[in-house]
Amino acid sequence: MANAADAHHDEHDHHMPGFFTRWFCSTNHKDIGTLYIIVSFIAAIVGGAMSWYIRLELAEPGIQYIDDFQFYNVLVTAHGFLMVFFVVMPAMIGGFGNWFVPLMIGAPDMAFPRMNNISFWLLAAGLVLLVLSTIIGDGPGTGWTVYPPLASADFHPGPSVDFGILALHLAGASSILGAINFIVTIFNMRAPGMTIHRMPLFVWAILITAFLLLLALPVLAGALTMLLTDRNFGTAFFIPGEGGDPVLWQHLFWFFGHPEVYIIIIPAFGIISEVVSTFSKKPVFGYLGMAYAMSAIGVVGFVVWAHHMFTIGFTADTRAYFTAATMVIAVPTGVKIFSWLATMWGGSIKFEVPMLYAFGFIFLFVVGGVTGITLANSSADVVFHDTYFVVAHFHYVMAIAAVLAMFSGYFYWVGKMIGRQYPRGLAKLQFWVFFIGVNVTFFPQHFSGFAGMPRRIPDYPAPYEGWNYVSSVGALITAIGTLLFFIVVWRTFSGPKVADNEWGEGATTLEWTIASPAPWHTHEVMPDMTGKAPAE
Amino acid sequence: MLKRLFTLTPAMVLGILALGFMLGGTALAETVEMRSKPWQLWFQNPMSPVAEQVYDFNVFLLWIEGIITLFVLGIMTYICIKFNAKANPVPSKTTHNTLLEVVWTGLPILILVVIAVPSLKLLYYADKTTDPEMTIKVIGNQWFWTYEYPDHGDMTFDSFIVPDDELKPGQPRLLTVDNPVYLPANTNIRILQSSNDVIHNWAVPSLALKMDNTPGRVNETWTHINAPGDYYGMCSELCGVNHGFMPIHIKALPKAEFAAWVAKAKKKFASNGNKEDNDSPVRVADATAAK
Repeated sequence: MANAADAHHDEHDHHMPGFFTRWFCSTNHKDIGTLYIIVSFIAAIVGGAMSWYIRLELAEPGIQYIDDFQFYNVLVTAHGFLMVFFVVMPAMIGGFGNWFVPLMIGAPDMAFPRMNNISFWLLAAGLVLLVLSTIIGDGPGTGWTVYPPLASADFHPGPSVDFGILALHLAGASSILGAINFIVTIFNMRAPGMTIHRMPLFVWAILITAFLLLLALPVLAGALTMLLTDRNFGTAFFIPGEGGDPVLWQHLFWFFGHPEVYIIIIPAFGIISEVVSTFSKKPVFGYLGMAYAMSAIGVVGFVVWAHHMFTIGFTADTRAYFTAATMVIAVPTGVKIFSWLATMWGGSIKFEVPMLYAFGFIFLFVVGGVTGITLANSSADVVFHDTYFVVAHFHYVMAIAAVLAMFSGYFYWVGKMIGRQYPRGLAKLQFWVFFIGVNVTFFPQHFSGFAGMPRRIPDYPAPYEGWNYVSSVGALITAIGTLLFFIVVWRTFSGPKVADNEWGEGATTLEWTIASPAPWHTHEVMPDMTGKAPAE
Repeated sequence: MLKRLFTLTPAMVLGILALGFMLGGTALAETVEMRSKPWQLWFQNPMSPVAEQVYDFNVFLLWIEGIITLFVLGIMTYICIKFNAKANPVPSKTTHNTLLEVVWTGLPILILVVIAVPSLKLLYYADKTTDPEMTIKVIGNQWFWTYEYPDHGDMTFDSFIVPDDELKPGQPRLLTVDNPVYLPANTNIRILQSSNDVIHNWAVPSLALKMDNTPGRVNETWTHINAPGDYYGMCSELCGVNHGFMPIHIKALPKAEFAAWVAKAKKKFASNGNKEDNDSPVRVADATAAK
């Protein structure tokens, strides 16, 4: 087996390309994965900076820093777009997915290496367009939901929204290509003996996510195209005065948008399953239940979209259906939570940094999950719709939970990716600072929501000050936690070398059988997993 | 009052420490002022039959949610103490327990059914009123509300935010409007909502009112305000530059006083009945300049 030093050698007659060819024309799944992670990192800095600027403004009532309210709306919009499309998705699917799906199933690379390349560069181009959209003209002050008529040409003239639409088109095309690549790779390139029911749960998660992407994103693409032609070519799909219907947009958007939140969180499920199993030194409890719970979440996720639209004026029957359908999702998510707990039960748990993040993830996901039951009930949701309660809910259950899973995956796999040990003590400190920071930021937002504070406002009546101030202090703590992460990453590059399997007997998946850092080419001979695949 | 005290407990379940903030003395006062209070942890007091039921249902949900959260937290704590590498050096290899898996699938289904029954009952109750005594139309504009009284001579008026420098002492910032919408207390009121430009949302937390004002559509909801007083809300759908600056102020009056107000208002707003249609959309650029 190759060792770390061989990674830079020309073994097996593979010529290592020069810098430009390697990083700009890359067809290697690990290099492309690294590129995705770098882009995600950059976008996270920008998106994070926006959120801290927002919290700075909201620390006190009155206008402190942002006196252009259109700019405030642009910040809110761009923060959402960046975090969803350019931070979480690239890191989880493009980054960890590209890196570890082939390694885990024993494949030498992705099925379509060149498509993998265009996938990445479409995303990079999308990021450029998105940044341009905020600079050119007034910026898109529409929220990430881009509801017309606010997003139509009458109320957002100028090219900003068009740039935003095209940015999402490119990001969407990138994701669809990536999804096809993952599906083909996972279906066709598994090592002998690595049956579907023996794949690691992270691979299951990426497979399900790929199907969600493949089914949801074309709907978004269609809706965006309709909006684009409404804005520029005189159509009137969403313009009420000309026979169109703004509510149609909301249906199309949320038909994509609800699966989208599962696209974000299901890879997180996969990472957490691997981490919990590894550090408990136990196989995953109820493996099949876990895999099919994720599948069920994916399927049901397509028939609950209108719970984002409970105040649109639906008939009670419509809301009754979407209330009931939405609550069904609590069942498979409950199965996942309990299975993680059962995996840890009876285990021999080592509290390494990835495991701390996994605990943090489960806590956030449970808190965000139970408030989701409130929001699922149309009759209870009426007091919370469009308040800070919703902001708290989705940051807990989806946004920050996904970020914790990303950190968990990063610390779990960074040794495999760069062959170095992260500074353990500093990383543990980083976990605690970040975890406390996000909770101090988002828990008080439940209270603001109870009291009725609406979302997406740059100023608020004086009584809301208290919890908003606490929330802003939390954002400051989170910012310190983020800075600590930069230091951890920096110091990792000069850390000690790690063993091929740094986590010991609990780490049973295939990526731990190859050298650290993973050589440029891996699994050149497919490992025979007949009777050996770990799961089930 | 006992009921109100009782309902505080789930707040404590969620880790809420202070008790005193909620009992704002509103229940006993002659007229009420319904808006948020500093460090408020809990709902504004429910002041309509629908809001009361929404409140009670939310309390019921929060009990369930709090218990689930504490249960999972408890298990996690137990796991950390009992199954860390020092306490339990040899891990078990158990990966299945059919009974357990059936229970943790079946029990949540039961809980959800228990939730769904009152949820759907309330949903249908809150939907529409069967015997409205009057109708009010609420029309959203960038960035003000237009109120129409079709049952009271079709009088109509606009309601703008009062800027900070024109506030009188005691008027809450960002919630005060030049023309509050007057409504009779203890009356079944049908509310019809639409918009002249983009989507807005007319929301009053203490009445559990929240309905989109969508251009090209008329949405219907209803309320029955329990007590005279001032009820405040804010636009709850992002509607452009001044989204945060189109508050809602309902002044609920006893029926007789409301009739007196109508007589006066008919004169005051008479000229508005056939006013010029000035509803052309305001563009972002204009709005920014106008600000």
